[in-house]
This record gives sequence, structure tokens and C-alpha cells, in this order.
Amino acid sequence: MIGPLVNILINGLAYGVLLFLMAGGLSVTMGLMGFANLAHGSLAMLGGYIVVGLMRDYHWPFLLTLPAAAIGAAIAGWIVERTIFKRFYGGKELDQVLLTIGIVSMTVAIATYVWGSTPQPVRVPEFLDGRVHVGIVDVGTYRLFLILLGGLLTLGLVLGIERTTFGAKIRAAVDNRRMTVSCGINVDRLFTLAFAIGSALAGLGGGLAVYLVGLDPSFPVKYLVYLLIVVVVGGLGSIQGTLLAAIALGICDVAGKYYVPEAGAFVLYAVTVLLLLWRPQGIFGR
Amino acid sequence: MVALAPRIPAPSVVARHLFLRRSRWRWEEIAFWLIAAASFFLFPGHHVLITQALISGLFVVSLDLLLGYSGIASMGHAAFFGIGAYTAGILAQQGWGDPLLGLIGGAIVAGAFGALCSLLVARLHGAALLTVTLGIGLLCYELANKWSSLTGGDDGLQGMIVQPVLGLFAFDIDGNVGFIYAFVVIFIFYLLARRLVNSPFGLALTGIRENIRRVPALGISVRFQLMMAFTISAAVAGVAGALLAETTQYVALEVLSFDRSISVLIMLVLGGIGNLVGGMVGAMVFIVARDQLAAVNPVYWNFWLGLILCVVVMSGAGGIVGFLRRLGDRIGNGR
Repeated sequence: MIGPLVNILINGLAYGVLLFLMAGGLSVTMGLMGFANLAHGSLAMLGGYIVVGLMRDYHWPFLLTLPAAAIGAAIAGWIVERTIFKRFYGGKELDQVLLTIGIVSMTVAIATYVWGSTPQPVRVPEFLDGRVHVGIVDVGTYRLFLILLGGLLTLGLVLGIERTTFGAKIRAAVDNRRMTVSCGINVDRLFTLAFAIGSALAGLGGGLAVYLVGLDPSFPVKYLVYLLIVVVVGGLGSIQGTLLAAIALGICDVAGKYYVPEAGAFVLYAVTVLLLLWRPQGIFGR
Repeated sequence: MVALAPRIPAPSVVARHLFLRRSRWRWEEIAFWLIAAASFFLFPGHHVLITQALISGLFVVSLDLLLGYSGIASMGHAAFFGIGAYTAGILAQQGWGDPLLGLIGGAIVAGAFGALCSLLVARLHGAALLTVTLGIGLLCYELANKWSSLTGGDDGLQGMIVQPVLGLFAFDIDGNVGFIYAFVVIFIFYLLARRLVNSPFGLALTGIRENIRRVPALGISVRFQLMMAFTISAAVAGVAGALLAETTQYVALEVLSFDRSISVLIMLVLGGIGNLVGGMVGAMVFIVARDQLAAVNPVYWNFWLGLILCVVVMSGAGGIVGFLRRLGDRIGNGR
């Protein structure tokens, strides 16, 4: 009775960490610039393919490919932000949605062309592959690794946002963009940097996700909905809210699949719609 | 002295003049409908495809009524299309196979669901609106998928028996009757949609899109207008869905899919938002291009689709119809 429950909690937590890594940057993007970037999942997919590609073709060790995935996604995000996205800040939301959907469609096609439509397997090192006995249950080592890594990153992010000057500038810009600009802070550059960091997180999340949820070219479409739900329910621009929403969604999803598999994602969507009707600005939104 | 006073027309006369100018037929509209009608004779082997394009066109027009005139972006509009399709399909399956009855049923059920959703949606905007409309679309898909005793689930709804139109014209395998039936119904709804957007109601909606704060100052309730627009849009989408079910005599789960919600948005942007005919043109171009390109390689289709979408959005040219209009204006000025 207790055993499965603990397992569900741990699996859900690991899944939630993945969702948080992939959605964290999106939350800042949408909160800071009001830019609805539905193509954020494409950056996560890029991270996943970097991990798979480097391991298969160049025999890099798994742990080394993770920073490479983060850096690759950061560079890609930075380029796209500077060349395309920046023209659409403050523009019509519909244009942003359509533009980024177009980018999702293109990246799906490119990924299919380059890597094929079959799911890509990944072999993690042996010390991450097994199971360990924790208290009363057996837990996959990889999930513990994810939770640990995710916990460290979250701590770093929260400290970075709460304790550094850069974080203070970001918070100021989310709160009141015009006031921040008039204080002499270059919000444009701030945002480019935030966007690159968010992209790096997404790339890392995508790389970590391969082992757990698999990787194929439909990845950005599959996770578009989940990322949007996490960000909007959590509250735009709120790291804590995004983290909470991601973990709640992760646990609900795993628990739902275990206890009521016949309901599918129905419950999830229904809860999301009801939550947003109750608090349109998200749980932690202003 | 009275005779020398300047002749200023009464406000009602000015208003009528403005409405008449707004509702005048433009050349792109006339061209589109002439070509659509002529295609019955020009492409006899492609009636089924063109019928589908026209039906998608009506679906896009329903979205245009909502998005182009009131500014609400729905990411789950396939919900209403699919509900219309399933309503007509289930009616025909249960023995009420009269096509017009199916249309009315589709419109009523989809419209009622739209009215229900409008109660929720009219309070939201921005990212929350996107997510909730997306969620409503996904909910309907999941519901239809799981409730297979009613909808046939993943296998689709089978066993529809659609009676002849007006009891006279039976649907044939070449899709001739289906083409004419769909064409007439869609043209009538196009005329109704034109009438609607050129009415004071349509002007009020445009006002909401342009400046949501000033509209209440004119004594118009934004909430009520948006709810009406949402309901009407949902009902028209339901008619389009019912038409698809009747002409194909089958309802696939795909009618409710996220893909369909997205492609209707794409068709609208491709053709041009906010002028009704843009939706018809966008759907025609989209469906024919997909038929041609996806047959070659579905992967390339995705790529070109994304690229076209990016180019249309970045150019800001207002889609195909916007481009044609400017081209027409330039030629007109050059003369």
C-alpha cells in the first residue's frame, strides 16, 4: 500500500523536475517579455538529440554530453532570439503564437530528416542504470539522480534570482518593465541573457528526458501542452510557481496513469481549465 | 436664409452610406466564388477534394468571425467542428439521416457548447485564454476517444446512413451531389457571415478588437458581445463539421484533433484575417497544397508549412488576400 505510493511520489517528482527544467525558461520569457514562445520544446528536443548524437557517433560519456546539450541549446536559443523573436516583442500575441508554431513545425521536419522518425535510445552509465533500496522501496537510480540534480539546479536558480544583481534586475523587469528601463537597465540585453539561460535549461532538460520518456521528432508537439500548462498554472515569471506546478503535474500524471489509466489525460486538462478559471493569472501570478 | 444653410446629411443617412460601403462586394470575393463554382466543371475528378476545401473554408470563416473581428484567439476550435460532425453523424446513425436536420443539429449542439464555453472564456485573456481554449479542445478529444460506445473511439463513427438532400438528390460516389450541396450551404452561410460582420453587431466586435476600453463607453457590453460572437462562431463551426460528416458519411476522431485546431489557424493566417474571403482562399490553397505536397513526402510538407507560416507572419502582409488587395490597389493607381 505504502510502497506504490512512495514510488509514485518519487517517479512523479523526477518527472516534475524534468518539466520544471524545460518550462523554467519559458516562464521567464513569458513573464519578462510577454512573448508566447511555443517553440521552447524544440530547444529541449535539440538538447536530447545532442546527447544521443554525441554518445552514438562520437562516443562521449553520458555525463559530458549534458553540458554540451545545455550549451548547444543556449546558442540556438540566442541566435533565434536575436534574429527573429526580438522583432515580435510587444506585438500581437497571435503573431507570436503562429510564428513559434511555424518554428515547431519546421524543427519537427528537420529532426525527422536528420535523425529519422524512430525513437532514439540512450544508454546511461551503469551506476545510473540500476535500482537502489531506499527505506521500504526500490527506486531507479536515474530518478534519484534526476531529483538530486534538479534540486541542485533549482536551488542555484532560486538563489540566482533572489540573491544576485542579475536576478534582482530580472525580477524588477518582470514587475515593471518601463520603470526598470528608466533606471538605466538594458532590459533588452537582460532578456537575451535570460533567454539563453532558459534555453540552456531546456536543452539540459531535454537531454535528461531521453532516458525517461524517450525522444522522437514529435517531442516539441507532445510537450508543448504540458509546458504551457506548467507555466500558465504556475504563474508567468514566477520560478516558485513553475516549480510547484511542474511537480504537481508530474505527480498527478504518474498517479493518474497508475490508478485511473482509463481516464487518460482527461483529468489533467479538466483540472487545468478549472484552475485557470479560478485564478486566470496562475497560482503564483500577480 | 434657410435655403442657404449648408446641406449636411442626417447622421442616419451617413451611417447607411458607411454600411453600404463596408458591405460592397470586393473583386477578390467575386473571383473566389466564381472560381469555386467553375471548378465543378473544370476539375471533375477532384470534387471530393474541393468539397473538403470548401468545408474547411467555412470552418475557417467561423474562426475568422471570432478572431478576425473580436480578436479572441481560440487554440481549440476543432472542438466545435468535431461536435457538429459527431452530432450529424450520430443522428444519421440512429436513423435521422436527413442532411438538413443534421446541419441544424450540428449547429445547435455546437452552438450550445460554445455558449457554455463562452461563459468561461469571456473572462480570460492572454496566456490563460490560450491555455483554456487549448484545454477545452483536448478535453473534447479525450472524451470522444474514451467514450467509444457513442463515438466509436479511435475507429471512428461508422454506420451513418445519410438520406438524399431534400429527399431528391442522393449522395453519389463521385461526390457531385456532395459538392453542390456543400457549395450551396457554405455560400448561404458566407452571405450570412457577411451580413453579420457588416451589421452594427459586427462593428461593435471590431471595436472590441481595436480598443476594448472605449467600447463600454458607447454603451455596449463587451462581455455580452464576446459571448455572442463565441456562440455564433461555434455554431458555424458545427455546421462545417456536420457538412464534412454528411459528405464523407463517416466521422474520424481526427475531427477533434489538436492538429485540426492548429491548421485552421494556419489557413486563416495564410488567407488573411478579418475579411472572411481570406479564410475561404486560405483553406483552398492549404488543402490543395497539402494534397499535392504531402503525397510527395509528409515530412517536407511540415517543413514548408512552418516556413510559409513564419514568412506570412513576418511579412505582415495580411496573407494572400491582403497581398492581392495591395497588388490590385497598385495596379489601380498605376493606371
